[in-house]
Amino acid sequence: MRLNLILRNCSKYLFWIEVRRRIAIYPLLGLSLWLLLTSCEKSDIKVEDGKLPDQISYNLHIRPILSDNCFACHGPDANKREAGLRLDIEKEAFKTLQDNPQAHTIVPGDIKRSEVYKRIVSNDANDQMPPPESNLALSDHQIRLIEKWIKQGAAFEPHWAFIPPQSPELPKVKSNSWVKNEIDYFILKEQENQGLNPNKEADKETLLRRLSLDLTGLPPSLNLMERFMADNSPEAYESLVDELLASNAYGEKMAVHWMDVARYADSHGYQDDNFRSQWPWRDWVIHAFNKNLPYDQFITWQLAGDLLPEPTKEQILATGFNRNHKITEEGGVIDEEYRVEYVVDRTNTFGKAIIGITMECAQCHDHKYDPISQKDYFQLYAFFNNIREVGHESNIGGPNTYAKHPKIEITDEDLTGILSFINKRDTLGLIVSVMGDLDSIRPTHILERGVYDAPGELVQPAMPTSILEFSNELPKNRLGLVQWLFDTDNPLTSRVFVNRMWKEVFGKGLVETVGDFGMQGDLPTHPELLDWLAVDFRENGWDIKRLMKQIVTSATYMQSAALTTPIYDPSNAYYTRAPRERIKAEFVKDLVMASSGLLFTDVGGPSVKPYQPPGLWEAAASTGAKFGLLGTYIQDSGNDLYRRGLYTFIKRTLPPPSMMIFDASNRDTCEPDRATTNTPLQALLMMNDPMVLEASRVLAARLLKQEGSAQQKLEQAFRLIVNRMPLSAEFEILTAHYQDQLKEYNLNPSEAKKVLDVGEYPQATNLDTVQHAALMQVISLIYNLEETLMKS
Amino acid sequence: MENKLIEHGLNTNRRHFLSKLSLGLGSAALGSLLIPDLFSGINGERDVDPLAGIPHFAPKAKRVIYLFQNGAPSQLESFDYKPKLREMWGEELPDSIRQGQRLTGMTSSQTSFPMVGSIYDFQQYGQARAWVSELFPHTAKIVDDICIIKSMHTEAINHDPALTFFQTGAQQGNRPSMGAWLSYGLGSENSNLPAFTVLLSKGKGNGQGVYSKLWSNGFLESVHQGVQFSSGDDPVLYLSNQEGMSGQQRRKMLDRLAELNQLSFEKLGDPEIHAKVAQYEMAYRMQTAVPEATDLSKEPDMIFDLYGEDSRKPGTFAANCLLARKLSENGVRFVQLYHQGWDQHGNLPNEMRDQAKDVDQASAALITDLKQRGLLDETLVIWGGEFGRTNYSQGKLTKENYGRDHHPRCFSIWMAGGGVKPGFVYGETDEFGYNIAKNPVHVHDFQATVLHQLGLDHERLIYKHLGRRFRLTDVAGHVVKDLLV
Repeated sequence: MRLNLILRNCSKYLFWIEVRRRIAIYPLLGLSLWLLLTSCEKSDIKVEDGKLPDQISYNLHIRPILSDNCFACHGPDANKREAGLRLDIEKEAFKTLQDNPQAHTIVPGDIKRSEVYKRIVSNDANDQMPPPESNLALSDHQIRLIEKWIKQGAAFEPHWAFIPPQSPELPKVKSNSWVKNEIDYFILKEQENQGLNPNKEADKETLLRRLSLDLTGLPPSLNLMERFMADNSPEAYESLVDELLASNAYGEKMAVHWMDVARYADSHGYQDDNFRSQWPWRDWVIHAFNKNLPYDQFITWQLAGDLLPEPTKEQILATGFNRNHKITEEGGVIDEEYRVEYVVDRTNTFGKAIIGITMECAQCHDHKYDPISQKDYFQLYAFFNNIREVGHESNIGGPNTYAKHPKIEITDEDLTGILSFINKRDTLGLIVSVMGDLDSIRPTHILERGVYDAPGELVQPAMPTSILEFSNELPKNRLGLVQWLFDTDNPLTSRVFVNRMWKEVFGKGLVETVGDFGMQGDLPTHPELLDWLAVDFRENGWDIKRLMKQIVTSATYMQSAALTTPIYDPSNAYYTRAPRERIKAEFVKDLVMASSGLLFTDVGGPSVKPYQPPGLWEAAASTGAKFGLLGTYIQDSGNDLYRRGLYTFIKRTLPPPSMMIFDASNRDTCEPDRATTNTPLQALLMMNDPMVLEASRVLAARLLKQEGSAQQKLEQAFRLIVNRMPLSAEFEILTAHYQDQLKEYNLNPSEAKKVLDVGEYPQATNLDTVQHAALMQVISLIYNLEETLMKS
Repeated sequence: MENKLIEHGLNTNRRHFLSKLSLGLGSAALGSLLIPDLFSGINGERDVDPLAGIPHFAPKAKRVIYLFQNGAPSQLESFDYKPKLREMWGEELPDSIRQGQRLTGMTSSQTSFPMVGSIYDFQQYGQARAWVSELFPHTAKIVDDICIIKSMHTEAINHDPALTFFQTGAQQGNRPSMGAWLSYGLGSENSNLPAFTVLLSKGKGNGQGVYSKLWSNGFLESVHQGVQFSSGDDPVLYLSNQEGMSGQQRRKMLDRLAELNQLSFEKLGDPEIHAKVAQYEMAYRMQTAVPEATDLSKEPDMIFDLYGEDSRKPGTFAANCLLARKLSENGVRFVQLYHQGWDQHGNLPNEMRDQAKDVDQASAALITDLKQRGLLDETLVIWGGEFGRTNYSQGKLTKENYGRDHHPRCFSIWMAGGGVKPGFVYGETDEFGYNIAKNPVHVHDFQATVLHQLGLDHERLIYKHLGRRFRLTDVAGHVVKDLLV
């Protein structure tokens, strides 16, 4: 038992195995169990068993315990509150007990008279808290924290995320020379507090690859590599950043994250799961990022573009954001049930995506952890409840079902004018689902238990006061809602966005639960940095490119990822090195396409259907789906096979396996936070997907047609894919592999022919088949390197 | 019994032990192929091991095979015999029975609700004298091995939400499915096969689609996602090497890959690099293990005869039943089959005959086959759809033809093996076959019971996501002890 506890407590700190969202088939690394145990004994047991902090903080130490263990019955949910007691509000927590007016819940400074304390240390099953049937239990350490907190006066604090951020002073640091911008002061200060040092700066090749992947989702081209390596001016790095931010690929990179948040897909999502033509909205997102539409406008247009005075068609198109949710076409559904479902989806998406609060719970009952009542929920819901829409519009039909009312038609005139960024390639009609309110007000009721046919109290649009009061002066519609969002006193909007951009770059947020800034979410690791960034972002015009530039030009960002003194910062909590992150599914394809020269760089347009193992859609399709566009997977050909990953067609009920295997979102609901796993299916995909094999063949052919020795070709292949010069040891292995493959295929030339027979890209002529196949195999090996798919 | 518990405890402890340390044994991982990373820290859950104490009690079953009849087969033509409906053929359904039950959009505009009895005959079989219709002659022969529940009920009235509800415990949202929960809780028994696999087939009847969200990992790690096995050349996606690439070449390539990755490790020191190498080795072993586990060619003729002629045709329900037995036998924790085509809104008499023919023999054969291998005791087999069908006709009722709409209030499923009472019929519906008269079993009860048989307490198999503790049974469900041995 004891051993078990030790293991449990220390395993997260095991050496420098940073255990992120990855699967746990870690090798032994030659370490014995004994070693593991001793290392834990030394450094990590203190976390639980060590001494208590001198000053107990309600926000840091106490609320997480109360929220996780007590609030479900003694928190914001009025209907489930036991014994009339709530512990989330100071005033209430100091009251006398309902059934025993002599006893007080908490008496500041006096544990003996504090019923809370007596109950948490009680062994009597009748008195004990949390009660045994809850399957919850406090650890000794948690009990001692509460004890000390009461002794120190049981001071409550408002939840940190609901206090508007104030720009803090830049901390004083010792090693000023390391600092490149404001971010670094905060990071370095914490490092110095811990007696840690930053890592050395990464070499130029590494930086170029990292930056290129972070800002464009593409590996750098040979040309760019050569230019950057040759540029020794002090401005070289900054002008590289500017160049990348100015490229079209930047918008495509940024759009991937936003498409997850906005649950963008190319099908309606229920039952027969037919086609929808929502892609012009995605083209707009790319366009908006590229022209650097400020975040406040970016959100305003998407949430309320249709309500702006004399809205442009572009602003209306942006509102497609709130129509990306699933829409049923299943015959026989009850209309209102689904209409309510859509409003619920918008409400939850707003919560997670924009203010980082999980609203879901409050759909059916008062939130158990956050101060959000069911009434609050439906007051927010009311903003999205006035749309001219129905739950079920039509069954499988013609092109008029590709979007649902309200919808707009994109005309030829639009395409030459304000919507010229839409990459429309045919002369057929094009419709997009957008927002549009009713002329009258559809009354909003609290739905009892969240059920569509159980309307209760009537409510008006408003926002939870615990976050920020919804002023009477604001219009009670989505326009008012965005004004509330961008009020300088809003504590969440800016924090949530800068935190997500931080995560995009560093792989984890300053608040790790990027979609949950509520009581159950994680506390920020660097609260002052978060606030500084949030205020700075707001005060500088919500300028997204500026924010990205700040992050990538920091010394924190430019560190090497090599683990040099790992033992001191095992999980990189203090940013003592750059993270190593596997690139996202879409960028896996991008990397393969770009490095092989296959990439077709058109921006936007209808989503495409590249290679996919046969039969997947067909095996799952309903009888009805046969009549729609998506019963059968009709693979595209030509350039459409070689588009960037973000253009891959997402059929919600059977999303593309090449994306799902690398943890892409199925776009069912808003997903601000993808997991990153490492599985054998990924290995199989990289080894056998025709996408990778064809790229290997095509790149091999290209290299063989160039002048130069075999060695130069191997080197160039490596540089194109891994974006650095190979080490001599690496070069030897690649050469040996090439020689082996040559030998193999010289013995079996017919096998060489077979291996080259992959993909639709025209076969190269006038090449030696054996050489071609051998080089293709080496390239395929390079694509499978761990480093290839890692941003490092 | 106690020994069994101890043995199971040892096994799971060993697995936990390894995964807790975030260690595997490189190329010979002992635990699940896809061991969950218990300390992955998703959304802040780090300190408490939600899997501590598993199994919560002695498991009766080690594995599940779920024969999902997608589209909702009519209980009134299969296991819930209602002579009254034959007597009252064509008469209006009394309001006192309908009790304002909400109707789907397909029949809500119908002005008449004429009751219709089964066009097929029923007989009683086995010790329990269970009624089985003539459509299921093979199932009739195994009634002494199965437990028929005639009092299932659900909340959804349409396919998508009802299927999602059955598989994930919620009608909406992106939650983990039952197989994913079991993979999460118990891992796999075989280090070279996934813990949760999915097999699809289609009948000739009106079909509803299936959706990958039904075998989704939801918020659990994607390693718990159901892996779809197909009947084509590649039983698992991307499994086969391309033509012209021999197994030896693959081996050599992987050796070189490991050498190169090792150089990278020496430079960067990131243990993830070794994790990646381990995954490639696992993939390599799967390339051998999966074709072996899915190779039906070595099955003797008597086995094909048992499952029926269809079992020789890849991709049929019968072939999938046989494949399910093989996968299960090889330690796959949860084998999920979906057979489409059971949505008989009209033309029921013709369509349902074909549908039943597709599945009857193979379903029964699976039970017989597991039993003769001594595996039925430790394998829980489930057969059923997502809801029931109405006792009145949808569309025009004629002497030979009728249809039935969706009906959530009562329907029948059966279970077998895994500690469920054999030769037992549970629950009753009223004489109209419209409402439950005795012993209702809600979908959440069913889910709680399945977990229970695998040694899991549905209230304790939890996962914290976005600040909330989730479970398969949401906030409800009771183990139906009456069903258990």
